[in-house]
Parts: sequence; structure tokens; C-alpha cells
Amino acid sequence: MTEVAKKVDTVKLTIDGIEVEAAKGELVIRVAERIGIAIPRFCDHPLLDPAGACRQCLVDIEGQRKPSAACTQTVADGMVVRTQLTSEVAKKAQEGILEFLLINHPLDCPMCDKGGECPLQNQALSNGREESRFHEHKREYTKPVPISSQVLLDRERCVLCQRCTRFSDEIAGDKFIDLMERGADEQIGVFSGRLDVDPAEVVGETGLEGAIDANLLDAPFNSYFSGNTVQICPVGALTGAQYRFRARPFDLVSSPSTCEHCAAGCSMRTDHRRGKVMRRLAGDDPQVNEEWNCDKGRWAFQYATAFDRITEPMVRDPKSGELRKASWPEALNAAAEGLLKARTEGGVGVLTGGRLTVEDAYAYAKFARVVLGTNDIDFRSRPLSQEETDFLTSVAGKFQVTYSDIEAAPDVVLVGLEAEEECPILFLRLRKAANKRGTRVTSIAPFVTRGLEKVAGTLVPTVPGAEATALAESAEVRAALSKPGALLFVGERLAETPGGLSAAARLAAETGARLAWVPRRAGDRGAVEAGCLPTLLPGGRSLVEPAARGEIGAAWGLEVGDLSERPGRDTLQILDAARTGALKGLVVAGVDPHDLPDPAAAEEALEKVGFLVSLELRLSAVSRRADVVLPVAPAVEKSGSYLDWEGRVRPFDAVLRSAAMTDARVLDALARQLGYQLGTADTLAVLKQIGELGETRAPRAAAPTVDAERVAEPGTGEAVLSTWHQLIDLGALQDGDEYLAGTARPPVARISKATAAALGVADGEPLNVSTERGRVTLPAAVVDVMAPGVVWLPTNSPGSTVRRTLGVSSGATVRISAGGTS
Amino acid sequence: MGQFIGTLKGFGVTFSHMFKKVVTEEYPEKRVPLAPRYHGRHILNRHPDGLEKCIGCELCAWACPADAIYVEGADNTDEERYSPGERYASTYQINYARCIFCGLCIEACPTRSLTMSNEYELARDSRQDLIFTKEQLLAPLLSGMEQPPHAMYLGDSEKDYYLSGPTNPGSSAGAEKNPAHRIADRDGKVAQ
Repeated sequence: MTEVAKKVDTVKLTIDGIEVEAAKGELVIRVAERIGIAIPRFCDHPLLDPAGACRQCLVDIEGQRKPSAACTQTVADGMVVRTQLTSEVAKKAQEGILEFLLINHPLDCPMCDKGGECPLQNQALSNGREESRFHEHKREYTKPVPISSQVLLDRERCVLCQRCTRFSDEIAGDKFIDLMERGADEQIGVFSGRLDVDPAEVVGETGLEGAIDANLLDAPFNSYFSGNTVQICPVGALTGAQYRFRARPFDLVSSPSTCEHCAAGCSMRTDHRRGKVMRRLAGDDPQVNEEWNCDKGRWAFQYATAFDRITEPMVRDPKSGELRKASWPEALNAAAEGLLKARTEGGVGVLTGGRLTVEDAYAYAKFARVVLGTNDIDFRSRPLSQEETDFLTSVAGKFQVTYSDIEAAPDVVLVGLEAEEECPILFLRLRKAANKRGTRVTSIAPFVTRGLEKVAGTLVPTVPGAEATALAESAEVRAALSKPGALLFVGERLAETPGGLSAAARLAAETGARLAWVPRRAGDRGAVEAGCLPTLLPGGRSLVEPAARGEIGAAWGLEVGDLSERPGRDTLQILDAARTGALKGLVVAGVDPHDLPDPAAAEEALEKVGFLVSLELRLSAVSRRADVVLPVAPAVEKSGSYLDWEGRVRPFDAVLRSAAMTDARVLDALARQLGYQLGTADTLAVLKQIGELGETRAPRAAAPTVDAERVAEPGTGEAVLSTWHQLIDLGALQDGDEYLAGTARPPVARISKATAAALGVADGEPLNVSTERGRVTLPAAVVDVMAPGVVWLPTNSPGSTVRRTLGVSSGATVRISAGGTS
Repeated sequence: MGQFIGTLKGFGVTFSHMFKKVVTEEYPEKRVPLAPRYHGRHILNRHPDGLEKCIGCELCAWACPADAIYVEGADNTDEERYSPGERYASTYQINYARCIFCGLCIEACPTRSLTMSNEYELARDSRQDLIFTKEQLLAPLLSGMEQPPHAMYLGDSEKDYYLSGPTNPGSSAGAEKNPAHRIADRDGKVAQ
């Protein structure tokens, strides 16, 4: 060890006759745990503040008149602690508490979802009395009460440990649930503005589904992190509607996995039974997601078993013009022939989307360069710019910031990033840093979001498109970033602002702050590192550097000059070229045209391109137009790894065994058909190839220097559009999860007070936002602090599909008017 | 001489058996009554109004040392109710290729839904037919019972069903004669 351990004040105490050294301020229950003594507990959770609510952890401490709760008692020098193992007093006290807790507990274990993995069940057996002395009537409540469409509350089972309310308050900041009533009537509940309505009564009348449909709760438990309360509930009081009565712990097989949704890289546990995923839980990874995850990661997994899942290859029948099922050899043959023809006639472009594992992304990058002989490859299926391409080329291979750096940072600046919606675990870490370490968060955004409120952040009100100017000119931001350890987070949306990424890179260089790029999808960072960009080769190697090309050429066994040095086209240019016929073929992976800045143009390109190969999981807008469709495996059926926003490798194994193949394996077969050896047939082989590439010695590309543009002033009846995705929306990976969809934030159009007054629109009244393409009408939400002349819409929520309907993205000028008229 | 006596002795044994009680059983023409608690094929009992006693808790599957039971639970709704309370078994299977008739499952059953009958004629000519489904295992509808799904007729809550539990053990008698238990072969012919 080269690092000198920090000197910590320690004390010596005795637990059950064992002398142990502990840091000052440590809790007795933790010290006991460390030496292998398990004290029963319900309310205690290592990541929550001590509460001492359940009293189950009573121990006998010498010199104390009564038994004390080990979960709130800090250690002291010379303390002598006796637990239930050596003290009759402690044992009797714990048995007494358990008896009290069980007085009102319904003992409906056979039908309770927690049965078999229930701390109350386990500890009643290990630390409780054998016989119950309570024969009177137990307290009865209607069960269960939905406190959101996803979370069900059974108050009879609750032991009032307050883990859920403490989590919501301390960790998530969503104080939607709390203790209500007093004394024996004390219970967990949601806030209801309608005091005349008891949710339980509605459940009694209309049943569970009816109560969910009636949406009678004014403030349901619609937290993005509500699933964690279900996981940490030590009894079955909080259960998830999706997993209700689906399985028992003993017949579930638990496999460690990694979340495939966003770039947070959460470690997870996937529980499956007979080849079907039953539920997913947050995994324990202190470096990344601690023990939490978001509801999307937990509950959005049924897309993989959707009705339109493709399991067999398809080719377009030349006679009927329809897709028909085909054998693998036939489909590969057809794809190979078509691609060969397209390659010689004009070239083939590759669009990979941001959902791939590193291994799959690498296979696409290699396939494009080696087999198709082109650099026309791009992973971005969203608004982008040449500046972003250059920026990503300059940051590839650089991993500067980690989750733990956030906690050490004095100041964090967010630009083009709404962490709670776009990277929820990053938001949780920001909130932890802000609450526990006093990290100050500054956001360059048009208005104060709920996420920013919850981290007690300050806003630099900025009209979309003016982020570059704000970065360059805001003294506040510069001062914040000048502190040692300060961090600058840029979201992928900053690409929509000309000069934004240049300004961020410049400011980081000038102030010494460390820069982190936070994309929205799990595969984005991996695709950058794997070289799925027109200017980038695997391992952060810039295409224009001869040394970098030399390294890759040698690794791939290519002749000098085989690797094209001409930078390729980006996603939008590829689609343009496909539309005009400059590109004769396309290979497309998980891309939804509706995510692109101009979905209509993208669909036209997919229609017009000469030859289209689609590697897809489900029948999509791309595969419906494809000439050959090759099925690939969903994340749950393959192994691989993602890179999270930190650049940390998040490997995972296949959870379910299936015949489905990874993209890399399909590409390997396709390459073989064309006479090339990719060597990407199995995940380990790809990892080996990537590992053998090693670090590059070639010079890195410099950050772009694009000047900021002036933002157009909106005229009367106009506004500048600001938009981003809400966490729970119409995303294809959330298909089929209705319970989850019910907890989404209601789509609203946000406008400032001044704008609202000028239009004569009050809060909640419909507001029209329109372009030449179409119109979105949503209830207006008037925001107190907001940059002037801005309207915000959710990008892809019910009733607000901005790119599809309006055909624009952030920074565009749109017309706004009071609802009803256009 | 010795040979002659030996022969007589031998025939003596043969003749003596002509007057002894026969141990051979004339199965299947005549069926011997079994001990009342013989571990035979399982029955899924019903409440007196026909609702299923099984709540789909899977404790039987958990207790099973041979991994012969498979259960999937589901939610009762007021429109579609199979058992009193919140939960019922949407799938219930016992694989008699695996079952060892130990009876741990019926000990584990919290509602006395699962009991064992005396039926032992379980030979089938395919493994698939040895997997008995819920329809085959459910007790027949006796008089006064109605085929679920239907509402709770015995009270407003499931407690009304369980408070009278011990006096209402359900019935497994007659299960063997349930036409649902006859197994149709591949041609659709029903065999006994």
C-alpha cells in the first residue's frame, strides 16, 4: 500500500465478550455485523440515516438502565454490549418487540409476495417466541391500496419501520408518502387533497383495477424511484403490481445483470423462472448505483417478449414484395448478395443506434471498415452536429470522472442535461453529494426542474441555443468551475446548440474543471469507444491520424491503404445520401426513425435506399421496409458489456438461454458469407480483440472550436422550443409495461408567467405548440423561474411526440397559442 | 424308496395349499380396499360453494422434495373470482412421473386445499399424460357447488370461509369418478 491510511479516532468496546476496535461514531449494529453477530432489525438500512423506529435491535449495554437500540447507539470507549446471544435481557426484549409487531400482522404469508424472502418471517423464526399469546381480533384494513399504478400498499402488513418514507425523503427527494394518523391508527399513506375520499373505500367498491383507473389519488406515489421502496420494505406492505403473485423466491433463478436502459450502468439482479423474466431488482454496486435503481430499469423489460419479436430471418419476396420467413443460409445469402452489389455501385452506410453492447458496436465498426470498406457509420439516432462528431472524437478514450468524484466535488455544473430524467442514478448521486457533502449544483437550462429543486441547485436561465454563450460568459459558472475538483457535465443534448460543446471543452480547459459527457442510452459510450463514428476507429483512435490507422490496420490484418482515411458521413448525411441514391445500401441496427430530428426524411430514405438490411429485435419502422431482416438477441438473452457514462465497463452474462444471436455473431456470419473473417462470433473473442488493441500511441484529436451562434429572437406568438425525454415515456423499451406507464409524469407544456399572461393561458389550460408540420396541444404548466420566450415539451410522451409531429428539436422557433384555436 | 417319500412330500405341499386361503388378488376384476390414509393421487378441494380452496401460494411446490409440482399464482378480481381472497392458482400441475407420494405437499398446504385420495391407477403410456393439470386435479362439483369463477357466496370476506375451516374440510370423496379425470387419448377417445 502506497497510500497512507487516514488516521481515524478509534475506540475499543466489547460485544458479547469479544473485544473490538471501531471508528468513533460508528453504530453498534454495524460493529456487531463486522464481527459476525447478527442483530435482528427492520428499520435499519446502511444507506439511510438511523431512525430507531422498529426497536427490534434492542441490546443490553452495561450501565444503561434499559435495553438500547443498536441501530442508533454509537460506540463509546469501554462500552460493554451484550446482544441476544449472551444476554437474557436483550433476548427477552427482542422477543417482546417481535410479539408486539406480530399482534397486528395478518399472517397471510401464503399469499404475500414477500413470503420466502421476508425479514419479518425470518426473524420471527430466528428471534421470536414459538407461540403467539395474542388471540384477539387483529387490526383490519382494506388491502391492498394502490398508491400509484405500480406500487400497492397493504397497511395490515406494515410494521411502521419507515424505510420507505425515509428513502423517499432522504434519497429520492420525493416525499409522496408519509406516516399518517396517530397511535394505533398510525399508517403509511399518500397525500390526498380530497379528504372526503378514502382510497381504501374506493378499492372496496370498484376493486383494485377500478381504483387505479379512477386515479382518485391527487398525489400518487409517482416517484421515479418508487421501486426501491418495494425492494427495501422488510415486510410485504409495499409490493409491485407487475410482480404481484407471479412467483416465489424458491423457484426463481437470480442472475446478475446490467441495466440496458440509460447510461447510468446500474448493476441489477434479474429473477427468472422457466425462461421468463419475472422481475428485476437493483443490484448492489457501491461504486455505481449503490443499492438503488430507477423504476424504468426495474420494471421495463417486457419489450423483449413483445408480440412483434422477430425470431426468424426474413427476406423480401421478389414477386409479392412482402417480407417472408427464410432460413438463415437463405437470408445471409440474400443479404450478402445485396450488400456486395450496393458496395460496388455506390457504397453502404451503417447506422447502429445507441442500444448495442461494446462487443456488438465493435463488430459493426469492424464490419463497416473491413467488409464494406467505408467510414459511413454512426451510432447517433438523434439530433447531432459535425461539432459533436469532432467533440466525441476528442473525448473518446478519456475517462476522467466517476460517480465518487461527484461526492468529492465542491461544484458541479450541468449543461444540456436533466439528470433525473436522463440519467436517474447520476441524479441520485448528485443529490447525495448535495445533501451530505454540500456540493453545489448549477444547471444551465431554461427553467428550474424538479430535479434541480431536489438537489437545491441554482439555475442559470438560458434559452435553448444560448448555452454556448452562457458557458462562455456566465461569471457564476466560471467561478464554480474554477474550484479544484469541480465537474462539468454535458448532456448529449448540447449537440443541438452550435458552439455548445466547443464552449464546454474550452471552459473546462481554462478552469481546470473535469469534463464528463453523459449520453442518454446504455450503448452510446460503448459505441464511441468501439469506433461507431465516421471519424473514429476503435479505442479512441482518430481516423485522420496515420499512426492510429496503422495500429488498427495491423490488428485487423489489413494491407496498407485498405483502411479508408476519408472521414465518413454521419447519421443525417448517410440518410441524405441514401435518399438521393449516393449510397446504395444501408445496414441498420436498433434505430427508430422517430428519434431522428426529421423522422419523415429518415423514413423516406429507408423507403428509397436500394438495399436495406435490418438487424432487429422486433418488427420496427426499419425492419418493415428492409430487404433482409436478421433477428438478434435482446440484452437478457446475450452476454456482453456496456460502458456507462464514466466509461466503466459493465459486463453481464446471458440471463436466459436462447438460440438468439448477438449482433456481433450475425455480422460475423454475414462477413463470412462475403468472404471475410471478422472473428466476432462470440463475446469473449471480441473482448480479446478489443483488449489486444490496447492503448493508442497516436495523437488524439483536438476539441472542436465552433463559435456560438446568435439565438433568433422569437416574435409575437412565437417561442423557442426546449425539449427533452422524460424518463418514462413512449420509448420502445417500455412497450407493454402499463403499470409503469401509469407512473409517468403527466405531459405538460411549460411556459413562463410572462408568456402565459401574454397568451392569456392559465395553469392547466390547453396550449397549442405548432410548426408547419403539425401541432401539439398539452395542458400548460406555468413555471415561476424560466428564461423568457421559451416553451418546453416532453420529447416523446403521450400527446407530445415532438420530432414526429412538429419535425423540430430544441432551439427551433415554434408558434404558441391558447388551446382550442390553431 | 427315499425317492418315493420325497415325491410324496413334494405333492403334500402342493395339496395342502389347495385348502389354504389364496394370497393372489384378482386385480383388476376385484379391487382390494386400501387403508383410509393411503397416499394416492392428489385432489384440489373446493369450498362448499364451489370456489377453489387453492390460493396459489406454491408452498406445496416448495415442500416437494421431487420437484413434481408447478404452480403459477394470479390475482382474483371481483369479475373473475376462483377462490376467496386475493390470490388463486392460474396454473397447477403435478407431474406423476416425479411424485413420490410422500405427502409433504399436503402437510404444507395452508388451506387444506391439497389432499390425497386413494386412487392409485396412475399408469399412463406417455410422460406428457403423467402431468396432471388443475382441471384433472380439482375435486368434482358436488351438489350446491357452482363452477367458478363466481362471487363469494359464503360471506363478504375470505375470513368467513376460513373461520369455519375445521368444520368444512371439503370433500375428496368421489374424485375418482369425476369425468374430468378420465384421460382422453390422442384420438380423443376417453379411456377410464
